Amino acid sequence: MDRFLLTGATFCLLLSFGYTLFALGAGRFRPGLVNLVSILGGFVLLSLDLWNRGQAQGSCPINSLFDVLVFMSWSILLIYLLVGPAYHLSLLGAFTSPLVFLVLLFAQLGPVGTTAQGRFDRDPWVEAHAALTLIAYGAFALAAVAGLMYLVQDHQLKIRKAGALLYNLPPITDLGVANARLIRLGFALLTTGFAAGFISGIHVNNLKFWASALIWMGYGAILLMRRIHRLPPRRTAAASMFVFGMALFALPAIQYLSSPK
Amino acid sequence: MNIVCAGISHRGATVDVREKFAVAPHELEQALSRIRGIDGLAGAVIVSTCNRVEYYTASVCPIRVLDGLREYLQERTGANEAPLYTHDSPASIRHLFRVASGLDSMVIGETEILGQIKQAYAAATACGATTRHLNKLFQHAFRVAKQVRSETRITRGSTSVGSVAVDLAGKIFGALTGRTIMILGAGKTSERTARSLVSRGAGTVIVANRTFGRAARLAEEIGGMAVHFDNWRNAFDNVDILICSTAAPHPIVTREKLEPLLRRRNDRPLFIIDLAVPRDAEASLNDLENVYLFDIDSLEQIARESLEVRRAEVVRCEKMIDQHVGEFVGWMRNHIAFHA
Repeated sequence: MDRFLLTGATFCLLLSFGYTLFALGAGRFRPGLVNLVSILGGFVLLSLDLWNRGQAQGSCPINSLFDVLVFMSWSILLIYLLVGPAYHLSLLGAFTSPLVFLVLLFAQLGPVGTTAQGRFDRDPWVEAHAALTLIAYGAFALAAVAGLMYLVQDHQLKIRKAGALLYNLPPITDLGVANARLIRLGFALLTTGFAAGFISGIHVNNLKFWASALIWMGYGAILLMRRIHRLPPRRTAAASMFVFGMALFALPAIQYLSSPK
Repeated sequence: MNIVCAGISHRGATVDVREKFAVAPHELEQALSRIRGIDGLAGAVIVSTCNRVEYYTASVCPIRVLDGLREYLQERTGANEAPLYTHDSPASIRHLFRVASGLDSMVIGETEILGQIKQAYAAATACGATTRHLNKLFQHAFRVAKQVRSETRITRGSTSVGSVAVDLAGKIFGALTGRTIMILGAGKTSERTARSLVSRGAGTVIVANRTFGRAARLAEEIGGMAVHFDNWRNAFDNVDILICSTAAPHPIVTREKLEPLLRRRNDRPLFIIDLAVPRDAEASLNDLENVYLFDIDSLEQIARESLEVRRAEVVRCEKMIDQHVGEFVGWMRNHIAFHA
């Protein structure tokens, strides 16, 4: 039972990913039930897995890099299930599933520490800080996915070729709006998470502080530039992918540095 | 029991022949009532569209029914040598499945025909003209058409310049409700394209033409407003879709003119449909952020590609249809055996 739920969730996402590749290859992709059901299945299994490990650890299960990656995968799926259907972005799920699949695969097979580092205090502000920050990364991950879809659709329209992607990707205006809104949502969550961290008075080393601050400022700058119309949607999409790439690289480093040695 | 089909279509009959054979909705009841009097005919459905007029009948004696139908059609149309085709089961079953799936249409894969067949069937049912075999046949045809559409690419893309433009507008803006269109040059093609966009919900239409009177006339017809050609840039701020089709020998919409206008648009996309030859919009406009430029060649190319994709799918569709014809023939045999 230890890894059964996690393996099941990984297979669900692999199914969604595989179906997308097969359908796109056959040129008749219609995002629909297979993707939604497999993502929903993956989300339910991940939720159960997190619940079990939370019970075992007696806290929100984000006490190791392995935990963090699983929790972030869950956050990405949660945000997708909340915003995907609302924006009619069913295909976002098709792009989300490979990302979550790879993160889960890396968590299980990569050189990732799985031993839970029990935190000394059980301060609810610390718990809120950690959970909100990871959910914010979930929103940023989806913003990056929407950004990628925007760039693909923009490219299709610019080269004036009608392929399966052009017909099946959502309208470029919707993708631009979703990209900006997901950045705003992630930024609000991250800011709240950081505020919770400040309130808790948790001690962090300088590198972790500045790496986190840099990511926060990166997204803040994107939003500010959007606000004053200095960053067109295409560049916003590219910037959201770039900053998320940075965050994805910094996240394991931050987790490693913040673990008690 | 046999399914017999007799009819004419765009494949063998010109429009002047087809219009003689056409059965208007108000004539359907009378026509059905008349052919049900044919000896040996158990039931009938008449499909009458602008591209075909077909009679599907259930009968135990196809030869007598076909003779009766020919006699009726001669009497109705006065045409002695009509290019009438006839099919008996299972060819008639395959024919209906192909027609419902859009494989026999003038534009392969068009979907309007399915709705027309559904209407024809509903009308025949309302007149009490259908039999169990015909009911089963038409229900099966609707299922086949649905499967063919959803499991192949037979309906992929659009096959005319106007509908390609509408599809692309959807891929840029999503819903077209409230979008503003500007027409530069009041030509027939630009008018048709604008009408297609308006039919999909586009809001305001602004028409600019060198002859103001012509712009005003078109604007009145479409329900838009006319502006003087020299003032088109002043009315440009809210424009989402620009359709160009002037006869100017040089580009009207240049980068130099457009860049200052784009700065005022707050990152809103601009879709330029350039239908003019020589082109009205500079090709380099496509390199600008948020500008998507399609000239007549690229629109026609997309339409051609869609048609090629559809043609390439025909073989797969035929295989699906063959399988369904086999199933239906099997059902007919079992049904006869059961009732024997």
